Amino acid sequence: MSKSNSDFSVVGKRIPKLDAAQKAMGRAEYIQDIKLPGMLYGRILYSKYAHANIVKIDTSKAVALSGVHAVLTGEDVPEKMKMGFIKDNPPIKKGKVCSFRDEVAAVAAISPEIAKKALDLIEIEYEEQIGIFDPEKAMEKDSPLVHGHLKSNVLKMPWDIHYGDVEKAEKESAFVVEDRFTTQWVTHCCLGTSGAIALFDANDNLTIHTNTQIPSLAQKDFLESLKAMGLENKRVRVIKPIIGGGFGSKLDTYAYEHIAILLAHKCRKPVKIAFDRVEEFKATSTRQPTIIYIKQGCDKNGKLTFRDMRMVLDNGAHTSWGATTPSVMLMPISSLYRVENVKYVAKCVYTNNTYSQAMRGYGNPQATFAIESSMDMLAEKAGIDRIEIRRINRNQSGDETPQGLKITTCGLEECIDAVEKELKFDGKNEKGVGTGIASLIHVGGGARIYGSDGCGAILKMDDYGKVDVFTGGTDMGQGLDNIIAQIVAEELGLLAEDINVVHSDTDICPWDVGAHASRSTFVAGNAALGAAKKVKQKIQKFASKLFDVPAEKIEFKDKLVFVPGDQEKSMPLGKLLRKAHFSPGGTMLMAEYFYDPDNQNMGKELKGNMSMTYSFGAHGAKVKVDEETGKVEVLEYVAAHDVGRAINPLLLEGQVYGGVVMGLGYALTEEVTVKDGEIMNANFRDYKLFTAKDAVKIKAPIIETDDKDGPFGAKGIGEPGCVPTAPAIANAIYDAVGVRIKDLPITPEKVLVALKKKND
Amino acid sequence: MEKILITLNINDKPCEVMVYPNDTLLEVLRDELDLTGSKESCGEGVCGSCTIHMDDKPVRSCLTLAMEATGTKIKTVEGLAKGDELSSLQQSFVDHGAVQCGFCTPGMLMSADALLKINSKPDEKTVRKAIAGNICRCTGYTKIVKAVAHAGNSQDHCPDCITFSKAKE
Repeated sequence: MSKSNSDFSVVGKRIPKLDAAQKAMGRAEYIQDIKLPGMLYGRILYSKYAHANIVKIDTSKAVALSGVHAVLTGEDVPEKMKMGFIKDNPPIKKGKVCSFRDEVAAVAAISPEIAKKALDLIEIEYEEQIGIFDPEKAMEKDSPLVHGHLKSNVLKMPWDIHYGDVEKAEKESAFVVEDRFTTQWVTHCCLGTSGAIALFDANDNLTIHTNTQIPSLAQKDFLESLKAMGLENKRVRVIKPIIGGGFGSKLDTYAYEHIAILLAHKCRKPVKIAFDRVEEFKATSTRQPTIIYIKQGCDKNGKLTFRDMRMVLDNGAHTSWGATTPSVMLMPISSLYRVENVKYVAKCVYTNNTYSQAMRGYGNPQATFAIESSMDMLAEKAGIDRIEIRRINRNQSGDETPQGLKITTCGLEECIDAVEKELKFDGKNEKGVGTGIASLIHVGGGARIYGSDGCGAILKMDDYGKVDVFTGGTDMGQGLDNIIAQIVAEELGLLAEDINVVHSDTDICPWDVGAHASRSTFVAGNAALGAAKKVKQKIQKFASKLFDVPAEKIEFKDKLVFVPGDQEKSMPLGKLLRKAHFSPGGTMLMAEYFYDPDNQNMGKELKGNMSMTYSFGAHGAKVKVDEETGKVEVLEYVAAHDVGRAINPLLLEGQVYGGVVMGLGYALTEEVTVKDGEIMNANFRDYKLFTAKDAVKIKAPIIETDDKDGPFGAKGIGEPGCVPTAPAIANAIYDAVGVRIKDLPITPEKVLVALKKKND
Repeated sequence: MEKILITLNINDKPCEVMVYPNDTLLEVLRDELDLTGSKESCGEGVCGSCTIHMDDKPVRSCLTLAMEATGTKIKTVEGLAKGDELSSLQQSFVDHGAVQCGFCTPGMLMSADALLKINSKPDEKTVRKAIAGNICRCTGYTKIVKAVAHAGNSQDHCPDCITFSKAKE
């Protein structure tokens, strides 16, 4: 029988974030706050053109400036030093630039001001080339090429998938809808901007303090850079300080990190590169923009028959994880609701725009916007209630989807119920007011996109009953430190405050693939739980001799190790640990555990159970549309999520609320505006984030399905909050005023144009 | 341009510091005085991360020259707690889960603290207005708004206020 929250003493409790007090006192140390002795300040010069040949670079004036220690150009970058998973991007470009964010030179100086001055002294002669900025045009045969050595702007990617028989299913469908949707560039807007400090020891081993979500994979990237620099067999230590937000932005290594390494090596001093806000907008990556064609159908009873989707992704000038987002888009396309026949083709196309990366949801918000907008259109065409069509087609526990996803637990129906309980969907709202609903599926039990989806944990008991946990997982504000502490404390009968969680230092912590795919609670949680169970067994074994009872009779609670029903056989954990330590032939109690989930990489057929379990949710929005101005006001918002189990509801709500508001920005206000490859709104005045005044109070019902593989039943919840927000809003706007906006963001201008068209 | 010696009154302590006439107060706090609690996120007065108090009023320290601050009472986030004892507002932020990555937190606290000085029991709308100039990307603001509204005024129906009150007993 599944456990309820009352069975736990620490899991399920609203324990405040362990580092919150330190942060509230202004004592948390971010990269901006770190100064090392002798540290220099690096700065990067970017291209003046979207596409140009570099004819000449003269750095002599910059080199001569007092206080400048080093100036680098593309000539100083080793040939093999390249970034991105297809290694198409050197940290400083040589001979040619392909986007405005292409790095052309870098300096290190004794102050940020001198570094900036030095950049102004670098003279570059460019020869401008024709740029290509529209991905659909870039796909045409006679399009200019972004990279001359390639035959086409279209990347070689495997996204051409067909499950079942879409053509046949379409013929047999009673109702079919078809449309085109687009999604925009948006960016993470971490309040703490990017930065890194690189330094070498006398033996050429590197330590780099950097804002990253992937300490272990970043270590591998940096080792490769060192190798390219001729520094083989060296050590790299990656230390991630407290970071001011991640949201996927730090899932790849960036040019500034590799440039800091080059400068530090050249100067033999620590070199810090820290971005200002403009640079953060221009030189970090965006969410992948998409052009989406969708066709789907149902039978006369509303049962989905097929889904056929085609996408064009603007890859920008270089390749980062944005180009792999179709692997996650495939999940909602093949598996949001039961649909047997699915086709999906995605093309990633080089342009002279900025390149995209991972951002919360990893492709899912884009795909779900099209799917869930289209679901409402299909419901209307079939004359079926929009809630009903979702219930008819809902995923259920025990399903295996065409992609091969195994749905172990599914609370989608309960989520839909929870939304319907809070909001009216009878179409009887006052004029200009409407409600919308949209659902989601997301990976909730890891996501195998790499050779290993694992995470290690090392657990060390001290002499006083306290525990140090060294986790591969990364806390970036989401609260992984609490989750690990609560899981370990629960297992060992301790309090969360007895657990010290050490993370984000590759010299100390075991390997982990990174803080992405909503995987940390599940994977790092299971790793910590595994280590705690091992150490528990060791303690039981020791206590069994001490108490002269079988090991399995020994329990842990309230910092005591005891045999239930026998008051004589009870000892504070700390005392027992000291006994173990200081007895003849003494022992320290420690354990390690590596958890790699039993999920699958997608094979050649692009099938496979990529996650151990899936998170579900349904969002409901009530909006008011001002028909005079086109402005959309969000009146109420409900975000119901199947989370398996809430290890910490206080922090979990924070993930949902934050995700929703990020999703509302995606739906209504946020857009990186790009003109001929140049970002026009690289600041918080023109890039419109929701403020406290715009945001609305959110209700977040938590549905617990107690997943069999999750730590204490938990699934991931980092990303889902921002996945179905845009379609919930778009559907509510349609309900309110009868216009369907298919291009994000839904600005007042777009609403007004659509209203005018409708009324004409 | 030459540096000038000025005296600033920060967190009830006078401190002498050499500044350039065009140094912002934020630069001086962070780089000269090692008071790194105040954060720079946009550098142009939009995000509120650098908010401090000047004579009890919230001010963007990135838009204020250090020279302008002479003769005023400056308070930074480092001045909110008494030693290691958090102020009731700080404690409320902790208890209500209003802190995630924490980068906006110092500025958010300073804006909220200024509000509470003139209105100790603000309603939700008032709180939202008072912190509308402070951007947060993590929390969706819900818990921050609650933390400010409930600071020092524990609410019976709030599970986090209950946890807090019990812990205090």
